[in-house]
Amino acid sequence: MYRYDNFDARFVSERTNQFRDQIARRLKGELSEEQFRPLRLMNGVYLQLHAYMLRIAIPYGTLSGAQMHKLADIADRFDRSYGHFTTRQNIQLNWMGLSNIPDILEELASVEMHAIQTSGNCIRNVTTDPYAGAIAGEAEDPRAVAELIRQWSSLHPEFSFLPRKFKVAITASEGDRAAIKVHDVGLQLCENDAGEAGVRVWVGGGLGRTPLIASVIRDWLPLGDLLGYLEALMRVYNRHGRRDNKYKARIKILLQALGLEELTRQVDAEFAKIDHIDPDNVRSELDRIRAFFAPPPLEESADEGTLQSDLAENQAFARWIQNNSVDHKVPGHTIVTISLKPIGGIPGDATSDQMHLIANLATLYSHDEIRTTHEQNIVLPHVRKADLHHLYKALADAGLGTANAGLASDIIACPGLDYCSLATARSIPVAQNISKRLEARENDVGPLKIKISGCINACGHHHVGHIGILGLDKAGKEYYQITLGGSGDENASIGEILGPGFSYDKIDGAVETLVDTYQSIRTGDERFLDTYRRVGADPFKEALYATA
Amino acid sequence: MPLLKGGIIEDDSFLDLEDGASFPEGASVIVSWDRLRQDYALLAADTGRLGVRFPVDSDPATLTPFVSGLQVIALEFAAYTDGRAYSLARVIRTQLGFTGELRATGDVLADQVAFMRQVGFDAFEIRSDYQPLDIWQRTATAMSLTYQPDFVARQGFAPAEIFNKRRYAGS
Ligand code: SF4
Repeated sequence: MYRYDNFDARFVSERTNQFRDQIARRLKGELSEEQFRPLRLMNGVYLQLHAYMLRIAIPYGTLSGAQMHKLADIADRFDRSYGHFTTRQNIQLNWMGLSNIPDILEELASVEMHAIQTSGNCIRNVTTDPYAGAIAGEAEDPRAVAELIRQWSSLHPEFSFLPRKFKVAITASEGDRAAIKVHDVGLQLCENDAGEAGVRVWVGGGLGRTPLIASVIRDWLPLGDLLGYLEALMRVYNRHGRRDNKYKARIKILLQALGLEELTRQVDAEFAKIDHIDPDNVRSELDRIRAFFAPPPLEESADEGTLQSDLAENQAFARWIQNNSVDHKVPGHTIVTISLKPIGGIPGDATSDQMHLIANLATLYSHDEIRTTHEQNIVLPHVRKADLHHLYKALADAGLGTANAGLASDIIACPGLDYCSLATARSIPVAQNISKRLEARENDVGPLKIKISGCINACGHHHVGHIGILGLDKAGKEYYQITLGGSGDENASIGEILGPGFSYDKIDGAVETLVDTYQSIRTGDERFLDTYRRVGADPFKEALYATA
Repeated sequence: MPLLKGGIIEDDSFLDLEDGASFPEGASVIVSWDRLRQDYALLAADTGRLGVRFPVDSDPATLTPFVSGLQVIALEFAAYTDGRAYSLARVIRTQLGFTGELRATGDVLADQVAFMRQVGFDAFEIRSDYQPLDIWQRTATAMSLTYQPDFVARQGFAPAEIFNKRRYAGS
């Protein structure tokens, strides 16, 4: 894992002091709320329905045990003893007092963490594949480049007042678990024909009101040029992105307005003029960072301990292994997903006790490494097969053994009307109802991604759900629109609206009808998404609306 | 309007000229972009020092023929959240090679001055009802380090460049 040097440490500490001063001036009335707003947002502080919320950055979703312990301590000391893991691999604390925040940031700094740029119209926390460095077939561990971008984008003087927020995701695999095609910029690490390390650049993807899949703006770029190229691209966006309408301000709208060819021309022209970033400097910095991401010393071993007999004896364990684990690139090891979606629970929430436990288990069984995922779960990336049963038992005892990763009850839901001041409908209780309804059959149903947003801003990524649900308000009543066929992976697609929406009471039943329909028409081991792509929307429409 | 420059607050020695207004010969004036283009030869001959209010939605490359005759380029922040002037300032300094005064006008707040200095602004029009000088100084110097290569003010306080320090000084 990356460790701060003296510069990183001093940077974060000065940033904390700066914000302490700004809060003090705000509390004394020397700054108006209007002037204070972007300052607090750039430090991750939101004003929600009931209280301040602090969003803490978990850069590219990587945490050590000590960092997870610290998050739990903060939740205990300053909040209500739980935290909420977000779709940007960050964590939110929902019940904050403004005057405590500088102390919390100091606590975070003590374990090399911060809340910089988790909000505001700036370059946000860079996200990546939660299996980075553990899964086979990667060009390299994408977290080194992610860390380089984290540093380069931190308090960027030119790009802190962009037309709108700017999200970057990066992957090094062909199979995309970072949803790079629905980001403002998606980076795919890959080699060119000569075997040099570089990156393919995608631009203009996004969800929200205008969901779009990204386009390739640069087929391949040497890594030494990455920061110069990003500066050029950001500058074109900063100068020309729309500022008159915040719903049309993302780079995807600029791409639509100019067309890919013209945007490419402008970015290339700008890039040609940038000569102050020495590619050797970038490469040398990247090499320095790469050393921190050297793989842990895993021993290749066929020894699985008592795994096979444990699997035979313990059905729940066997199901958990089947759903929540993936092969590690080093034989004898496994990548484990800890589901934060207990049946009927709040997606992405963890209590401080659970966070402490995860931290301890990571230290014991996963080389002290934890990942957060954009699907709002936790991953332990480096677990020995021989340790799996011990790990499972400890998790299950703490309510963390739900065997539903990738299944119907592994739902992404935004905070919705329970917390968010922009919401038009509840999303958490809808997720809870669907999860209870589908739990019993979900193993039979197989891979199914259900995603729920509480308003058109689409923080629950409903456009890329196999089944997407959007909560709206119609004459003071919540109603829910269904989209089908979305996907955020390497074959990304935007879901299509099925027809009229459903009331709060009817939406979970409607989802069940869709699942019934799928099960009655699937062939072989088709996933829900495959069946939909084969037969189209009609059979689903018929089932939902024929009786209405 | 008072001007924050070189760490002190001073009176503006330039006349902010309306379009069509006349000026005493040899005066220091700042004119609109339209007027500069129309009357450049005249203005260059009759003024002492010359500045322009350059609109932030224009292409900075169009300034090129005038750069050598200008002492001030003023960029307006219509709202402090409108970040276009940061990019313009950067281009004017690094691509047009302008070495005169780059002035931030409009909604200029103390907490943004550090960023403004890093992209090349060196003068700030401030409303007198805003914060006292010591706050401007404190906010401008709160961060002593920067990750971005070559984003440092050329005069006065400048944050150290982390990437360079690591590479050349060893850390
Ligand atoms: S989708 Fe809407 S309701 Fe949900 S978190 Fe985003 S803004 Fe809030």
